Amino acid sequence: MNAFAALVRRDLARAFAHGGAWLPLVFYLLVATLFPFAIGPDPALLGKVGGGVLWTAALLAALLPVERLVRPDLAAGIIDQLVVRGQSDEAIAAAKLTAHWLSFGPLLMLATLPAAALLNLDRATVMRLEIGLALGTPGLAALGLAVAALTAGLRGAGALIGLVMLPLAVPLLIFGASPGAGALKLLAATSLMFVAGAPFVAGAALRAGRT
Amino acid sequence: MTRLKFDHVACSRGGRLLFEDLNLTLKAGEAALVTGANGVGKSSLLRLAAGLLEPEDGEILRDGRIALAAEASALDEDEGLFAALAFWARLDGQDDAAVGPALAAMGLAPLRQVPVRLLSTGQRRRATIARVIASAAPIWLLDEPASGLDAASLDALASVMAAHRANGGIILVASHQPLGLEGASEVAL
Repeated sequence: MNAFAALVRRDLARAFAHGGAWLPLVFYLLVATLFPFAIGPDPALLGKVGGGVLWTAALLAALLPVERLVRPDLAAGIIDQLVVRGQSDEAIAAAKLTAHWLSFGPLLMLATLPAAALLNLDRATVMRLEIGLALGTPGLAALGLAVAALTAGLRGAGALIGLVMLPLAVPLLIFGASPGAGALKLLAATSLMFVAGAPFVAGAALRAGRT
Repeated sequence: MTRLKFDHVACSRGGRLLFEDLNLTLKAGEAALVTGANGVGKSSLLRLAAGLLEPEDGEILRDGRIALAAEASALDEDEGLFAALAFWARLDGQDDAAVGPALAAMGLAPLRQVPVRLLSTGQRRRATIARVIASAAPIWLLDEPASGLDAASLDALASVMAAHRANGGIILVASHQPLGLEGASEVAL
């Protein structure tokens, strides 16, 4: 088994070890449940805003695991040991990105089905949402990883993570929640840019933090 | 040919020069003991040797794979001791079978199923050394390997280090204690 696969496997196992990977899913469903309470049970209104609500919920849910992505491994010396074994910081970051997306992207897409039922979304909106999440969650995962690596050396980075990550995620939110094929293409492009850039940003952050 | 060579190496951290013009050559079977007061740069020297820090000046040559036992054990807290060590052994290109003898050498064989988070400080230290043994790397870098070890574990450490050198390995160790390294050169910082 090569090192990349071993790292992805390890990170995935750790994400699910304490049920931590289920938290974003539960959070996402909870937001979908709370919204009808807040804006009233009007099916037409819910159906209209539901897509945007679920995108916002997905964004917030993606914040939850970020603090655990890099910091514990850095503190435990895991990253140092990988570097001593000749792994590049970028390869470590890419493996972490893959494992992070696998631990929340597909689950969020699955949870969208019951959430859509709670918000009375029609079939076309649900399809649009699922395609959007499939394209957008890798970008969210990439942003999360880059921010996790950038803030890993800071004390009390928890609140900072949201402040740094949410503004950067605005393009994903805009293109994800707006209708039309053009928006989907832009969503895919933005997501691809984040996925392509994140391993290098995170890798540089890890290297700079090693003093 | 296994070799570790420091050539006029200088190290500074946070703008402060820790040491400069350090020369050291270790060939197969040789060992060096790095001594000095706290904060003088012993750990930095080992991190330089491991490639985790870049030297301010000079050059470091490494011929052979490196195994580093730093302060952090780098073992997954929730895993059993055997599984946590096997993760690294596989990354080092070793079989799971390499882990058993390494655990036995450090007197940890009875603890192989125990989760890492339940280990004591001394047991963690021994587990870190077992990780180095299981790596089968020719160059060992040990940072305070004796801290928290009891007399029996110190003997075990001395004998695994002697065995490693007899097999043509190199050991660079930072420690306050002599550790029973016969014929080791001393690097006083």
